[in-house]
Amino acid sequence: MSIEFETPKPIAQIQFVLKTVAENMMRSQSRAFDENEHEIPYSYIEFMHNAMRSIGGGSLAPKEEKPAKEGDEKKEKRPPIGYQNLAAQIEMLSWGDVGFYLITPGGGLGAAAVQSAGSAEQRAKFLARFSEEKPTFAAMAMTEAGAGSDTSAIRTRAVLDEATQEWVINGEKIFVTGGDKSFKEYEQFGKGFVVVWASIDPTAGRAGMRAFVVESGTKGVTIAKLEHKLGIRASDTATIALVDARVPYDNILGSPTVEKTTTGFKGAMATFDMTRPLVAASGIGVARAAVEYVKEQLAEQGVQIRYGLPRQKMTAIERDVIEMEIQLRSAWLLVLKAVWMADNKKPNALESSMSKVKAGDVVTKITQKAVEIMGPLGYSREFLLEKWFRDAKITDIYEGTGQINRLVVARQILGYSGKELR
Amino acid sequence: MYSFEPSEEQQMLMDAVGKYAQNDLRAAAHDAEESRELPKKLISKGWEIGLLQASIPEAYGGFGDRSAVTGALAMEEFAFGDLAGTLAVMTPSLFATPILLAGSEEQKQEYLPKIIEGDWAPYTAALIEYAYDFDPNDLRTTAKADGGDYILSGEKAFVPFAKDAEAILVYANLDGKTQGFIVPKDAAGLSVSDEREKLMSLNALPLYRVKLDSVKVSADNRLGDASGHDFELILASLRIASASAAVGVAKASFEYSMNYAKERDVFGVKVAQKQAIAFMLAEMATEIESIRLLIWEAAWKLDAGKEDAAKDAYLAVTGAADMVMMVTDRGVQILGGHGYIREHPVEMWLRNGRGFAMLTGLAIV
Ligand SMILES: Cc1cc2nc3c(=O)[nH]c(=O)nc-3n(C[C@H](O)[C@H](O)[C@H](O)COP(=O)(O)OP(=O)(O)OC[C@H]3O[C@@H](n4cnc5c(N)ncnc54)[C@H](O)[C@@H]3O)c2cc1C
Ligand SMILES: Cc1cc2nc3c(=O)[nH]c(=O)nc-3n(C[C@H](O)[C@H](O)[C@H](O)COP(=O)(O)OP(=O)(O)OC[C@H]3O[C@@H](n4cnc5c(N)ncnc54)[C@H](O)[C@@H]3O)c2cc1C
Repeated sequence: MSIEFETPKPIAQIQFVLKTVAENMMRSQSRAFDENEHEIPYSYIEFMHNAMRSIGGGSLAPKEEKPAKEGDEKKEKRPPIGYQNLAAQIEMLSWGDVGFYLITPGGGLGAAAVQSAGSAEQRAKFLARFSEEKPTFAAMAMTEAGAGSDTSAIRTRAVLDEATQEWVINGEKIFVTGGDKSFKEYEQFGKGFVVVWASIDPTAGRAGMRAFVVESGTKGVTIAKLEHKLGIRASDTATIALVDARVPYDNILGSPTVEKTTTGFKGAMATFDMTRPLVAASGIGVARAAVEYVKEQLAEQGVQIRYGLPRQKMTAIERDVIEMEIQLRSAWLLVLKAVWMADNKKPNALESSMSKVKAGDVVTKITQKAVEIMGPLGYSREFLLEKWFRDAKITDIYEGTGQINRLVVARQILGYSGKELR
Repeated sequence: MYSFEPSEEQQMLMDAVGKYAQNDLRAAAHDAEESRELPKKLISKGWEIGLLQASIPEAYGGFGDRSAVTGALAMEEFAFGDLAGTLAVMTPSLFATPILLAGSEEQKQEYLPKIIEGDWAPYTAALIEYAYDFDPNDLRTTAKADGGDYILSGEKAFVPFAKDAEAILVYANLDGKTQGFIVPKDAAGLSVSDEREKLMSLNALPLYRVKLDSVKVSADNRLGDASGHDFELILASLRIASASAAVGVAKASFEYSMNYAKERDVFGVKVAQKQAIAFMLAEMATEIESIRLLIWEAAWKLDAGKEDAAKDAYLAVTGAADMVMMVTDRGVQILGGHGYIREHPVEMWLRNGRGFAMLTGLAIV
């Protein structure tokens, strides 16, 4: 081992391909789908689905590594780069349009939950659908009106009906990304599911929390509302109401009995260690779009950024742009380290949250500054910059707010429990 | 491939430097700063770790190859102990490393073995000038060709160990380009201030003002061959060293203030349990790590000969200077009134921290 920053070939190749996709399938439609919230960019969804199927899968998620066959020694053993690759793809797609990226078919957070908390049987049963003919979605529903950052406060209940051996779920989930496409039956899409978090024992606190796979079309479940948002408008954000919704016994992810442990909850948190740097990567894609746009526009006006000067000799714009570049790159490197650790099976809770803290901060500041620099052009809806400003802000909110991730980082460095630092 | 793990060799060097930095440099730092004196023995001990020696090939008396990444890793460990001590121990590198990077074969043969194989000796360099808008690419000190010689005129500031220096590598503006010139200690027209420079920090490091009053040096003393050298690579290496030292200082302040906050009782809890303090610490840790990675990438690019290495080194040192300011300021803040008192080192690190925006030129790896 030694320190290295050479982009692996497979990553460079996929970035190249996705840049073309971003330019031709995303940027060209960005504005239209921002102005027409809740319309669905079928062309992008179809295209991505077919593209991912043609390379042997139905989602962006890393493929499971096949164990090396004996006698395969000649083949050089390369270190795994699945999550590094995924982060790079997400960054590039979000550079195209983060709202579109969020509705890339293939399971998203819902599939990630099954992947990390489900049994082999469950993985086989629930994940096969994403590589079938129609684009298919899955979502993850944790948040409730009364429980956002404090996930332990969820009220949704799951009770086992001993007679029928079904789980009966009651509650209401809000802010479910892709909830509509995952749950509602669309002719163009395959049958999806929503992973719903509920308590099987409210007296047990976090130890009683479990995730349930709720299939599209389940009786008693309705899409109660679609939110109207500041940004990422191509991505639907749904309220899902569950009234005596019945799901099969085997749809519970993890153990159906409550021990005095918090393994169920830890399952959710382990998923976040993987997904936080990916959310950070997504925000960074948006910010990179903004920085590049500003530099291009300035260059067109004959304004060059002179690197290497002491601050005393720079123009204010040079200071701003250089600051943006420093922040953007250093944030990206934190992401890269966090996913590199994930690929190499190193515990990365600290680095994951660090990358999210940093990205949440810098992508909002960068896009805010970019709009300021471009003046009226930045503020106008004729260009995409103002949209990127609105889109970027979500980075600091979902998948753990900036504050929650600061708490995670602080607890890690201080060696504090959640009780010692609330 | 991406990788964030130092090699075993690098780790061994980091451990050796780290041990010295914590046990020796840190222990001596307070008294050295107050008395304006670094014990000679302390410097020798640091020299014997062999950081510079390990970056010079055997042909010139060393035992390794230079790597900016290795240098960056070691510099952080070093400065975690104490900045002034680090700069003192590494002063000969200011002279030797540019010769290694850009010198002619004759210059390498003449200077490197004698510096590397000997005890620590004051070979130094003069880049910084006393001007608010000091710019290493636009120096006020000039070099003019004069037949086969060069005439150097101007004034240099903050030159470490200039008083006792065997030779000084002086950077000057030759037709708009920054070029290095080796000036022997007895050159006519070279004068070193009697008084040491007085700065906001680095009291333990003897720094001098150096005047060049039409100093004549032969063409052989121009760094590189007859057509000189590329300054960009040297400047990038100076910047990486400076940025890495900034990370070391920042980490020192971060760790000290974090440990303090875990011990300090306020309102019935440890002050680290208050989000106002805990969040500051989380941000400090995050900034240190992100800038560290920015430096590593720039250093790796420098080693790999990537085109944009110089630009990245510039971005890294610019980011590092802001980061260390933010972190060391908070280090003082977290200690409250005690942070303001010189018994605790955080106020010195704050003074160190402010220097990084203008001190590129005092370290190179
Ligand atoms: C567009 C969008 C998509 C989303 N997608 C999903 C999804 O797919 N699935 C899902 O389950 N959820 C999703 N969410 C929900 C998201 O994760 C929550 O909004 C987020 O976790 C914050 O919760 P909250 O909105 O209830 O804010 P609150 O928890 O009420 O927080 C309010 C403020 O208080 C701060 N705060 C909270 N606790 C603390 C503390 N202990 N210390 C200091 N500060 C604190 C927060 O940082 C925030 O600034 C989505 C949200 C949005 C907006
Ligand atoms: C030069 C100087 C002159 C002074 N003169 C006087 C004087 O004339 N008379 C006098 O009585 N005192 C004087 N003081 C003392 C000064 O008022 C205290 O140092 C100051 O109130 C902070 O207290 P502390 O140093 O004990 O820090 P601490 O109380 O230990 O605080 C340490 C850190 O924790 C933070 N903190 C503390 N409590 C909380 C909380 N609940 N939530 C979040 N953060 C918290 C603080 O902001 C600080 O960052 C002087 C101090 C100095 C340095």
